[in-house]
Amino acid sequence: MKTYPKENIPGVIMPRRSFLRHAGVGAVSAGLLATAACHKGNQIMVRPNKIDIGKGDLSILNYAYALEQIEAAFYTQLIQTPYTDITTDERALFTTIRDQEILHREFFKAALGLNAIPDLVFDFSTIDFTTRSNVLFAAKSFEDIGVLAYVGSGHYVQNKDYLTITAKITSVEARHAALLSNMIVPGTFNAGDQVDGNGLNKFLGIPDVLYLVNSYLKTKVAAVYYDYQV
Amino acid sequence: MNLFNVIKEIEKIDPEFNDKLNPRRAAIKNITRFGSKVALAAVPFALGTMLKRAYAADTTTPAVIDVLNFALVLEHLESSFYNLSTGNGTVIPPNISSYFNTIRDDENRHVLFLQAAITTLGGTPITSPKFDFTGGNGSFTGPFADVFTNYNTFLKLALAFEDTGVRAYKGQASNLLSNQDILTSVLSIHAVEARHASAIRQILKISPWITSTTALGNDTGISQFDGNYQGEENTIQGAFDVTKLPGLTGSTTDIGIATAAFDEPLTMDQVQNLIKIFIAP
Repeated sequence: MKTYPKENIPGVIMPRRSFLRHAGVGAVSAGLLATAACHKGNQIMVRPNKIDIGKGDLSILNYAYALEQIEAAFYTQLIQTPYTDITTDERALFTTIRDQEILHREFFKAALGLNAIPDLVFDFSTIDFTTRSNVLFAAKSFEDIGVLAYVGSGHYVQNKDYLTITAKITSVEARHAALLSNMIVPGTFNAGDQVDGNGLNKFLGIPDVLYLVNSYLKTKVAAVYYDYQV
Repeated sequence: MNLFNVIKEIEKIDPEFNDKLNPRRAAIKNITRFGSKVALAAVPFALGTMLKRAYAADTTTPAVIDVLNFALVLEHLESSFYNLSTGNGTVIPPNISSYFNTIRDDENRHVLFLQAAITTLGGTPITSPKFDFTGGNGSFTGPFADVFTNYNTFLKLALAFEDTGVRAYKGQASNLLSNQDILTSVLSIHAVEARHASAIRQILKISPWITSTTALGNDTGISQFDGNYQGEENTIQGAFDVTKLPGLTGSTTDIGIATAAFDEPLTMDQVQNLIKIFIAP
């Protein structure tokens, strides 16, 4: 059995094990507690600068929720500030993808309810939204990461119904990813950067994925249970 | 049914539930480590009924090897389909051939991978059925008799096979909870089939995703494939009708978005019925 070091989590100072027990359901974070405090109206609201996805099935759903928040925010920004030479077809495609990602986000938010991590704060300052090639590259990256993340985290899920629902989203993200790949270089929808020599989509563990996406987040997402701290 | 309360309920009783149920693995090294990762004996007796709910370890779950052999038949179908179509040098236009060559290669690799996985698990890989891609159930005079001479017919069959493959794998994911490595591999193949489906849809100049509205999302335009898309119109996910969730501005979500954002599974029986016409007895 793994033991956790004593550590300080913003807003909550107690041994990790104890912290998890108090929080109860895995979908825990300093941010959640801070938000609750805010709702009570008797404490100063401090926007969390990091959150933790916790453990158990809810951690995987919150992990997915974090990724969908990022994707939805990215495409919302893309449509708000489109690159100059965007075509009508491209705008339509990205608008549809945006709305699908927003629905994924809203689904996880509704499904997780009080167990949901807070709204994340994004930092897309490293993405040049004015240039088509940069936007397509970023979009492909987010979609590929989404697929890598869903494929790489499915085995943590214990509940059949959760697993099926995340798989329903996985293949839609793969459809997006293949589209973006082909928009950049036609015919690369199943290229070796994402599909291995056995014809299997590659996958990434939770730490690798969070490391990648945290560079686009002001609210850093940690996963201490999965050996990833920020 | 509130799907999202189950684990919560269990963890109220036993906060360590997930540790007991799902020992974390450091890495996926190979597919040979199989068998139950669930230390049933370690779970307190009182958790028995909840464990059954959460883990759904019921007797109707097909064995992992049976799931893989089911998938292997689908991969034989796809690999045979693309081996024939890319091999005859006439049906696929030269400027598109690289697309289908890589899809063919993926499907052939899936066959080899599944055969190896089944063998490793101690099973016997099912031999390839004889296929009738005219859809004639072995008569070779079915409705798609021009499948390897008419590019349009070929594309429509390819689309139906790929979209159905995605649904078939998705339907089996939850039957593989007992073997994490196999589950990851199957999710990986599932994602690649979705990449194929997306690419074929782009060739057909239709949306890469399956959009159902008041009409069924069968974009092949071939009524024989209605069953392959039946159920894609579902908008109930977990405890929620997702058309009632907010979009960017409104308080609801368009049904086209709602259906396209979630691909739906098919059961083993459904898939076997759907591919029956392509298998010679």
